[in-house]
Formats: sequence, structure tokens, C-alpha cells
Amino acid sequence: MTDPSTGPIDPSPSRVRGGRGGRRRWITALAIGAPLLLAGCNWYPSYGADPGVTRQGHNTFKLYSGMTTVGIIVGGAVMLLIIWTVLRYRKRSDEIPKQFHENGPIEVLYTVVPVLIVAVLFVFTVITENDVDATQSATASFTSSGPSSGEPVVDITVTAFQWGWRFDYTGLNVGVAGELTNGPNNHGPQMVVPVGETLQITLVSNDTIHGFYLRDFNFSRYAQPGVTNIFDFNVLRAGTFDGQCTQFCGLYHSEMLFSIRAVSPAAFETWASAEVAAGHTLQGSPSGAENNPPPNTRITSTPPPNSGSSAAPSATTNAKAPA
Amino acid sequence: MTTTIERPEVITPEELGGPDGHGPEEQHGDAGHGHEGPSGILNWLTSTDHKVIGVSYMITSLVTFFIAGIMAMVIRSQLLDPHTSLVSFQTYNELFTMHGSLMMYLFAGPFAFGGLANYIVPLQVGAPDMAFPRLNALSYWLYLSGVITMLSGFLVAGGAASFGWVSYAPLSNATNSPGAGSDLWLMALALTGFSAIFTGVNLVATIFYLRAPGMTMFRIPIFSWNMLVTAILILIAFPVLFAAVVMLFCDRHFGTHIFSVQGGGSPILWQHLFWFFGHPEVYILALPYFGMVTDILPVFSRKPVFGYKGMVFATMSIAGLSTGVWAHHMFTTGVVLLPFFSLLSYLIAVPTGIKFFNWIGTMWRGQLSFQTPMLFCVGFLLVFLVGGVTGVLLASPPVDFLTHDTYYVVAHFHNVLIGTAVFAGFGGFYFWYPKMFGRMLRESLGKLHFWFLFVGFWVAFMPQYLLGLHGMPRRVASYAPDTGWTTLNVVSTLGAYVIGFSFFFFLINLWVSWRKPVPSGSNPWDAHGLEWFTTSPPPHHNYTHLPPIRSERPTWDYNHPEHRTIVHKPKDKKSSDPPDRTKEPAGAPS
Repeated sequence: MTDPSTGPIDPSPSRVRGGRGGRRRWITALAIGAPLLLAGCNWYPSYGADPGVTRQGHNTFKLYSGMTTVGIIVGGAVMLLIIWTVLRYRKRSDEIPKQFHENGPIEVLYTVVPVLIVAVLFVFTVITENDVDATQSATASFTSSGPSSGEPVVDITVTAFQWGWRFDYTGLNVGVAGELTNGPNNHGPQMVVPVGETLQITLVSNDTIHGFYLRDFNFSRYAQPGVTNIFDFNVLRAGTFDGQCTQFCGLYHSEMLFSIRAVSPAAFETWASAEVAAGHTLQGSPSGAENNPPPNTRITSTPPPNSGSSAAPSATTNAKAPA
Repeated sequence: MTTTIERPEVITPEELGGPDGHGPEEQHGDAGHGHEGPSGILNWLTSTDHKVIGVSYMITSLVTFFIAGIMAMVIRSQLLDPHTSLVSFQTYNELFTMHGSLMMYLFAGPFAFGGLANYIVPLQVGAPDMAFPRLNALSYWLYLSGVITMLSGFLVAGGAASFGWVSYAPLSNATNSPGAGSDLWLMALALTGFSAIFTGVNLVATIFYLRAPGMTMFRIPIFSWNMLVTAILILIAFPVLFAAVVMLFCDRHFGTHIFSVQGGGSPILWQHLFWFFGHPEVYILALPYFGMVTDILPVFSRKPVFGYKGMVFATMSIAGLSTGVWAHHMFTTGVVLLPFFSLLSYLIAVPTGIKFFNWIGTMWRGQLSFQTPMLFCVGFLLVFLVGGVTGVLLASPPVDFLTHDTYYVVAHFHNVLIGTAVFAGFGGFYFWYPKMFGRMLRESLGKLHFWFLFVGFWVAFMPQYLLGLHGMPRRVASYAPDTGWTTLNVVSTLGAYVIGFSFFFFLINLWVSWRKPVPSGSNPWDAHGLEWFTTSPPPHHNYTHLPPIRSERPTWDYNHPEHRTIVHKPKDKKSSDPPDRTKEPAGAPS
């Protein structure tokens, strides 16, 4: 497993020597170097995905990348075989070809080989999945007085609702919420987290099913009424990362955005105390931006989102229970 | 009125004056006509003939397909630009719900098992009609009612259903989706669900009990084999959907709390029930089309299908596995056993891979000619292959966490479903159209249709994989301009327009063939199956006489006695085999 930062093997030294002998050597170097260059540079080619800003997300990314490579090799080989067959055996005469219709050994071969391929993929899947799904028991909490003994854990309860998010930092008495986040540069409520610590997210919903999804974390999980999902993140670097609801949840599903800002632990503590000072606490915190519905919507049957979301803390039932 | 089922006489080439390559229509072309009842609209309304019903099914499902396709054009136009307000959010949500529902429930399935299978399966197995002709008619009328019921959602206050084609609870409950459109959607599923169940019963009975003499199980063409397995899957899956729909209806109207947390119910239960139907449903949609490809490729390769029994067992194992993989749609719920459903999902790749290699083996060393049906089948192979590979990726729960509910999944299932229902489906339509109407479709227009569709497909759906990986969720009516998704969306929309444009060639083709018919004769492709032995279109009860059935391609064996399919071991021969008065060719043909 080569580190992506290690440079490629540079074929230029052999080229500098020049001359006819050098030319041959250059070709040799290229022949050996090109695959190494591909391999060294892109041991895990991204194929459009993000390398992942969490430890878990990076492992998911490696699995995705490896499986995509296998998929491209196997799928590409089959595709080339189809195209080659189609071109090679296009009609050349009216002669009726040999009427064979089976070949036992080959049929066994192309049954066994795919079994082996998926067996290998399955093993890597289980290894990655166990890592991504592993949660620390939340015995130790990251409180405002700093990390307590043991492995520090920042507990955040994420409540998804129509159509917004609420983030409650149980150990810190901080609560942030926001909804209907359409507008320029408005990416919804922001969850601030410390880099390097273990975050433990408790994901719930009181109305419909929502999807808690962060592209840069390579992760999504449903927020469902009746189910409490718990998972861990270990954020590896600072930055702001956009998230969005991915499970269709009604009229304004498209506008249910949020973001995560990862900062240093010290900055995180400063932020937390500022939030508490500003009154953004667990109970009765003023909700975030409460925009009007966007102009291009027509509300037919669904009433506009309940403005009392600020009074709907995570653990209570939603006011929208059927009569 | 009962239909009497008469066993047709078995004839041999000698009796017909030797094989002439055109089938026996010259001598017996008009036989069987005159049994038909009233003509015109009354015939259509009262007919229990599987051919009339099959054509009705095909017309209705194609109309549905075009309505849903127009919805897709509106959906793609809305996404051309971050904040396009072509339609409102509410209308957009209705449109993608109805696009998915119409395509999944009312086009892809009924086109295959109500339309082509209804027409072709009795012909392929040598039956005079379906086993229960009046039940078959009931199936069609239930299906038509379902189509009308679902579309009528647009006419009621509150608009059509807008909870996605999967209708997840609790979004679909009375509080979140109070409109009558949602109820009409549920009713439509109940109606078409029963239609599918009845067709399933009919297909199973027809294939088990109405096969012609000599048509043993291992001589049934693969299309009919796949329809048999599909019909069994229908009988497994659709009752579960119906039960779930009834439960949801009770939740909405009769105060039950089956899917609501507040009353002690479980929203997750809906997903389990729905996907226990929904994943077999994916194969209910795929297997008939696999069968079409497996029947078409040998014809245009001039060879028998490669690995016939492998195909049959692969179909069976796909069907078996498909009942145990439903929760791979629920990996991100956090409440399913990931390794179990992941492993079974991976394993489906094995029989699917066998099918791929058998399709390649069928073409291997053949004499491939590329008439329109063959082009569509090759298109299917390439398009479905990409959907299959991305499907293997999605069988891995961590990769699913990365892509779930994004456009990656949208691209994946369009690869799979357009590959099957559109490429293979229209391939089958071009292939069997001459049999159904006795006239040819134009090759030039068919090829234009194919190439525009094929190019448009890649332009429309490849960018969607990238969009998904760049974080664009599905079912969004707008997105922020700074997400960087605009360019790929524009490309995808242009591709969708090319796909839409390609169907004009199809419609013109139908129109031209109707106005200026080119007679097809009984077997224009020199095809293999029994259905090509009778006239085009077939007489009322299909056959007045049959060729000896010694393999899965009796018409080929009849027309090419010197290249007959070699029967290895006559182990599966039944005593019902008619005496074969023709000489077996000595040794293997070279």
C-alpha cells in the first residue's frame, strides 16, 4: 500500500543520457515505469469519489477504489470480448457455421472464476464494514472542561426533521438547529466538530425518514422514526464539508442542507463556550435561519413547516403525530 | 363460450413436400381463420385470444412508456440549471414519483409478461391459447384499470402521489401525504398486482400443461423458460406487495398503526415488505428480457444458444437468490444484517456472469448479421454490463454508504432497466413484430432508432455516475449553483433529449409499416423457435400442424435438416414423443 504522496518513478534520468543506447533504455524504463507510475501515483484512483476526511470514510474510499478497479478490469475485459466477438464474427458468407452449443470445461471455468472474485470482494467488504460500523462505548464524554479520562468522545445527537437539522451536543449543553436552507451561500445549520477526536453521532428522526449524508465523509445513514442509529467519525483534517438529506422526505427535500466544520480541539472548545454564552443550549435554543418557502413552490396539501421546531428538542415526539 | 383445445397434427417434412425454408404457410396459410368471433372493437372488447390480449397489453404499456418518458424529459429539463423553476417542487415530486411508478409497475413488467409473453409463450410451446383465456382477459382489463387509476391522480385535488415509487412509510401516511392521489396510487398497485398474479398463474399453467407433443421441459425456448421462472417469482412477490398496500391503506383510513411509531408500529416493516416484493420485482423485470436476448442472439448468429441448460439453471438461481437480497436496499437503515445480504447480493453476479458468457458463446464463431433486433441485443449486452458491474459495487455495504440515494444509484438502475426493458425490450418488439402483424418494420428507421438511443443513453447516464460521486442526491428539484453539478446535469439532459428524439424514428417506423406494409412471410429472420413455423399473424388457435420437436429450435431443425440441433442423450425424452419419421443425420454436422 503505497502512500499517495510518494512520487512516481521518474523515467527522466535515463532519458537525459540520450543517444541510441539511451533510447532503448528509455523505452525499457517507460515499459516498467508506466505501470509503476500508474500504481505509485494512484494506488487508489479516486474515480470521482472523495478520499474521505474521516478515518472511516477513507477506508470506505479505499474499498470503493479497489472494487472499481476490479470492476473496470473485469467489466472492461468482458466488454472488449463482446466487441471483439461482434466484429470478428460478423457475417462473411452464407455458409452455416458449426452448430456447437456447449463446452463443459469452459462453462465450469466461468462459473468458478466469478465465485472466487466475489469471494475476495466479500472478504474486503466485511473487513471495511466492520471498521466503518465500529462504535466506541460512550463511557467518556468530551465535556466543556476538556477531555475526561479515557478515549474522548464527543456525543452529538442529530435530529432530522421536515425540513432541517438539529445538532445537540449532550456533554456540552450546546444545541444548533436550522431549516429550509435555500439561498445564496446558505448551507443550512452547521455542526462544528473537533479534528482528531472520536465523534459519536446519535441519529434520530421524529417525522419521516431522512438521509444523513456527507459526500466528503463517504457515508450516509437513515434517520428514522423508531430507530436510533449510532456511529463514530474520526475527522482527519480541518475544513467545511457540505451535507444534505438524501432520502426523499417530502416537499422541500431538496433544501434540507447542512454542513460540518471541523476545527482544532482548542477552537472547538472556544466555539462551544461562545454558543453557550449566546444561549444556543440544549433546551429552547433559538433555531437557525428560518427562511420563507422558496418562491418557486406551490403548497397544496402540506402545511408549511411548523415554526415551533425550536421547541422540539431531540428526544420528544414531534407535534405532527396523526390525530 | 368454452374454447376447445385440439392437439394439432404432427407433420414431417416429407408430408409437406420437403423443407422449403419458408414454413408451410403456402399450403395452410388460411387454416384456422373463421373461428374468430365479432370483428373490430367488439372483437377487442370480448376477445379471449392470447394474441389480441397480448397486443392490447403492448399498446397500453407503450402508451404508458411514452407518458412516463415525457415526464422524464420534464424532470431532466428542470435539472438543466440549479434553480430552474420549470415546474414547482410539488409538481416535480409528483413527476418523478409517477415516472418511476409508470415505468416500473406499468411498463417494464406488463410489456414483458403481459405483452410479449402473452403473445409468444403459447406459440413457443405449441399451445392453442393460454391455459385460462378468460382469466387472461381479466388480467388485461385489471391492468388497464390500474393504468387509468394511477394516471387519474393528476386530476384530483392535491395532485398525484408524491412519495417516490417506493412509497416509504411514514411519508406515505395520511398526515404526510393526505391527497386522494396517494390513494389512487395504492389502488392502482392493487389492480395491477392482481393482473400480474393472474398472468403468472396463466403462464405457469400454460407452460406446464399445454406444451405440444415432444416439447419436453428442456426443449422449451429460453424465453419461455424465463417466463416460467418469472411467473413463479410473480406468485412469490406480488402477494406481499398487495398485503403491504392493504396495510398502508388501513393505516391511512381505518386508524391502524402498522407503520407508525406513535401507535407502536414499525416504519421499517414497510421497507421490508416492499423490498421483499421489490427485489424479486427487479428480476421479474429483467428475466423476460434476458430471455428475449437469449432467443434473438442465436437467430442472428445462425447457431443454437450456447449452454442451454446453464442458462436455465442460471435463471433459476437468479430467481432463488433474488428472494434473499431485499435488504441490500436497506443497508443504510442500520438495522439489517449487512454480511448476509451483501453475500447473497454478490452471488447474483455469478449466474448473471454465466449468462453473459453464454451470450458471448452463442455469438462465438457464428455468422453475425446486424438487423435491428440484433443491434438492440448487442446494445443490451453493453449497457447491461455496466449496470451489472456497478451493481456488484453496490452489493458492498460500505460502497453503498458512499453512493446510497445519490445519482450513482440512479445511473446504475437506469443502466439495468433501460438495458433490459428498453434495449432488449425493443429488440424483442422489432424481432416479433413481423410475427404479430405479418409485416416488416423498416431496417433503416430501426437502425436510426438504435443508434440515437445508444448514443443518447451513454451521454445521459454516464454523467450521472459522476454526479452521484460528487454528492448529488436523487429526487431533488433544485440544487445550489456552487455545488459544481451544473455542467454534468446539462450534458445528462442533452443525452436524455437524444433518447427522447430516437423514439420518433420508432413511431415513424410503425406508421410507415402500417401505411405501406411489406409482407414478412412466416419466418423472415430464418428464426429458430416454434412460433416461426406458423403463419404471420398466426391463425386463431395458432397451429394446424407442427414440425417434429426434437430440440429448443424445431423450426430451424425443420428448415435445415442437414444442420439440426444434435440431441446428445435422449434421456429427457418422454413417451409422448411422436414417432420421428425423418432420419437422424448420421454423426455431427461439420
